[in-house]
Amino acid sequence: MTTVLETSGLVKRFGGIVATNNVSLQIAKGARHALIGPNGAGKTTVINLLTGVVPPTAGHIILEGEDITALSPHQRVRRGLARTFQINQLFADLTPLETIGLAVSERLGAGFDWWRLVGSKPGVVDEIVPLLERFKLADVMDERTATLPYGKQRLLEIAVAFACQPRVLLLDEPAAGVPEAERHEILATIAALPKDVTVLLIEHDMDLVFSFADRISVLVNGAVFVEGAPDDVARDPRVKAVYLGEAIDG
Amino acid sequence: MQPLLTNLFDGIAYGMLLFVLSCGLAVTLGLMNLVNLAHGAFAMAGGYITVILVNRMGLPFFASLPLAFVFTALIGVLLERTLYVHVYAKSHLEQVLFTIGLVFMSVAAVDYFMGSQQQFVQIPSMLQGQFDVMGVGIGKYRLLIIVLCGLLTIALQLILSRTRFGSRLRAAVDDPRVARGLGINVNAVFAITFAFGSGLAGLGGALGAEILGLDPTFPLKYMIYFLIAVTVGGSSSITGPFLAALLVGIGDVAGKYYVPKLGAFAIYTIMIVVLIVRPQGLFGRVTGR
Amino acid sequence: MQMNVASPADQVTQQLARRARWGLGEVVFWLAVLASIFLLPSRHLILTEIAILALFALSLDLILGYAGVISLGHAAFFGFGAYAAGLLSKYAIINEPVLALLVSGAAAALLGFLTSFLVLRGSDLTRLMVTLGVALVLREVANRFDWLTGGADGLQGVTIEPLLGRFAFDITGHVAYVYCLVVLFILFLIARRIVCSPFGLSLRAVRGNALRASAVGISVNARLVAIYTIAAFYAGVSGALLTQTTQFASLDVFSFERSADVLLILILGGTGYLYGGLLGAIIFKLMQDWLAGITPQYWQFWIGLVLVLVVLIGRERIGRWIAGIRASVERLFGAHGSAGTKSESSRS
Repeated sequence: MTTVLETSGLVKRFGGIVATNNVSLQIAKGARHALIGPNGAGKTTVINLLTGVVPPTAGHIILEGEDITALSPHQRVRRGLARTFQINQLFADLTPLETIGLAVSERLGAGFDWWRLVGSKPGVVDEIVPLLERFKLADVMDERTATLPYGKQRLLEIAVAFACQPRVLLLDEPAAGVPEAERHEILATIAALPKDVTVLLIEHDMDLVFSFADRISVLVNGAVFVEGAPDDVARDPRVKAVYLGEAIDG
Repeated sequence: MQPLLTNLFDGIAYGMLLFVLSCGLAVTLGLMNLVNLAHGAFAMAGGYITVILVNRMGLPFFASLPLAFVFTALIGVLLERTLYVHVYAKSHLEQVLFTIGLVFMSVAAVDYFMGSQQQFVQIPSMLQGQFDVMGVGIGKYRLLIIVLCGLLTIALQLILSRTRFGSRLRAAVDDPRVARGLGINVNAVFAITFAFGSGLAGLGGALGAEILGLDPTFPLKYMIYFLIAVTVGGSSSITGPFLAALLVGIGDVAGKYYVPKLGAFAIYTIMIVVLIVRPQGLFGRVTGR
Repeated sequence: MQMNVASPADQVTQQLARRARWGLGEVVFWLAVLASIFLLPSRHLILTEIAILALFALSLDLILGYAGVISLGHAAFFGFGAYAAGLLSKYAIINEPVLALLVSGAAAALLGFLTSFLVLRGSDLTRLMVTLGVALVLREVANRFDWLTGGADGLQGVTIEPLLGRFAFDITGHVAYVYCLVVLFILFLIARRIVCSPFGLSLRAVRGNALRASAVGISVNARLVAIYTIAAFYAGVSGALLTQTTQFASLDVFSFERSADVLLILILGGTGYLYGGLLGAIIFKLMQDWLAGITPQYWQFWIGLVLVLVVLIGRERIGRWIAGIRASVERLFGAHGSAGTKSESSRS
């Protein structure tokens, strides 16, 4: 098992509040690793630390052997770490085609190309088409993102992260807020992600977690409380207690 | 030593005047998230009202000061209820353009009605000249400014911290939505505050006509100074703009005396440097805005 | 719509190409501009002013309409280019005007590059203040260094050699007008390519959602610096054109009114589709000319009133009133604006 992403002693303090408390994770290559925990446990903070949106108070983040703690968010994306946001962060006025086209162009190094037309660089269109189809966006590719139904927007959120061809994909509650009718599309899309892409998933939906994950970390008050295979975690009485809010002794 | 102290004295007077002129702007920015580039127009109005009252109608200077405050406050209420209320929800850019439009209109209107020459207020003879204190020239008029503005600042601080209106105001500045939820009539607070801020600007304009020079281009000339005091001082308290205004006042006077070639430079450069290092101002809170 | 007519790859290519295709309205616009050279010879002086203003507005549109950077001091670059061109000519450093134009633009671009980091951080209000501050500082510099710039009297003694050694400026302003139009058109074409390119797309992304933009691998700061520098170049060129066509430069090239006017132009014409500055400049200049004819001393009052009304009525409502006209205009001018394609967008 090779570790593709790990954190060592990651700490984040906001003033007097310790949002992330000495978190050390090891995520194996190709893993489907889920991060769960009660509300306010600090799961999104961990993602923000991993992606560089928020600088850590202490600790290190190592991606494929390289210490990326000091890198800015866009530099981490370039090194193969992409994320989705819990609340959609999309470009309201752009179309899905433009959004995905942008991500692909950037990855292929066309970011500063000011002379050629979008999509005219060889290879860009060839990448856009399968992405649109994989994420069921081909039929809405030319509509303004702001007008799309929420489920489609959520798919676009995952698609644009995937367009960066990440080796590690961080999904922050991908099914959050998605109406029942559109959830299966999201779940199916996530399940169909290629095996060589490592996925770290934050979710509240336990069905999704237990059907998808091969390893689960439970985060409570910013610290890793329990970690292990799904069955073990599901049977652990301490985890049930945490979720049901019972007092934990000692 | 003497020139240094004289400059310090002049700078303090200038700074305190600047504070009275700009605290209304700081409060409306912090309270209503309103960028009001036309704030200087209220100051100009106060100045011209005083000119009319004193020069043309023969009222005593000290009597026309409160009248300038009242008249300008009334103009403020009128404009707030009819015009400004429509731009509270708009973006800062639109507010900027809107208030620039008001400035253009007021500048042209004053030019039309009062002419473009500089106006001088006939200040009473007891305020002319200066005291000589150990070789330091203490201008009588400037001393009056320091005293009056100092009293005003203390009064403002007391109102804010000791009265119910003050606590309502501070609540509304902190979070208008929550304040409304608590039953505070935020609209009334806005209107009263805007009127008060405009009135203070008018009073500042009346006091400042003698020192700053009063002509139709006043709002444009001094707009940048008010904005500097507010953005460098931050808009979440009174002390921030107060200290920033003092900094601007002393810096401007000292700069023009010691390095005349650079003059106004110093102020602009200080502002730029401060805003780079601390975009929320020296004393401001980092808010979502 | 038949899905099996074109393959998905072709559809994608078609959609992307649609943006850059020249609309009918665009062609008509530029043909009309070309015709104005021959059909309106007596109006060339004011048309030259409009062309210069249009280029200046275009430069602001690049940062405001596409990258979302608010500036209240864009005249800083206009003025810098204006004085650069004047000084280059007055002190015979570069005699050929076209070369001097490029160098002046480059000088303004350098200034833009150096000051670009000021607009990277902070809120919109901070940006307004800082850009205003820069313009005021430059005005003060020009004022203080009057041994170089002529101070409040302006830069005298600027004489412009014939363009490219052959086309001398004439009293009627015909050569000047064609010169400005050619420069405007070339720079417009370049701007058009920029906004249809991946770089231009990334700017719209930065404007729309900077957080998501960096999450896609875009270095937001680098893009902003780049477009700010380009916009400064364009503004500097427009300022240089003013100096070269009027053979004079004064402190009001840095004035606050100039920065405010160009904002009004973009409000009138609309931002984010490149033609807003051009159309707005025409409307503004004609309006200003008409007002100045009526009240030579107080026309600024009416400009202020227009500003107030435009903001009060709101661009959304105005946009809705003329929504049908605007949509057709945009379709005619091609779909390479920064708004979406199918639905009407509200300009923020």
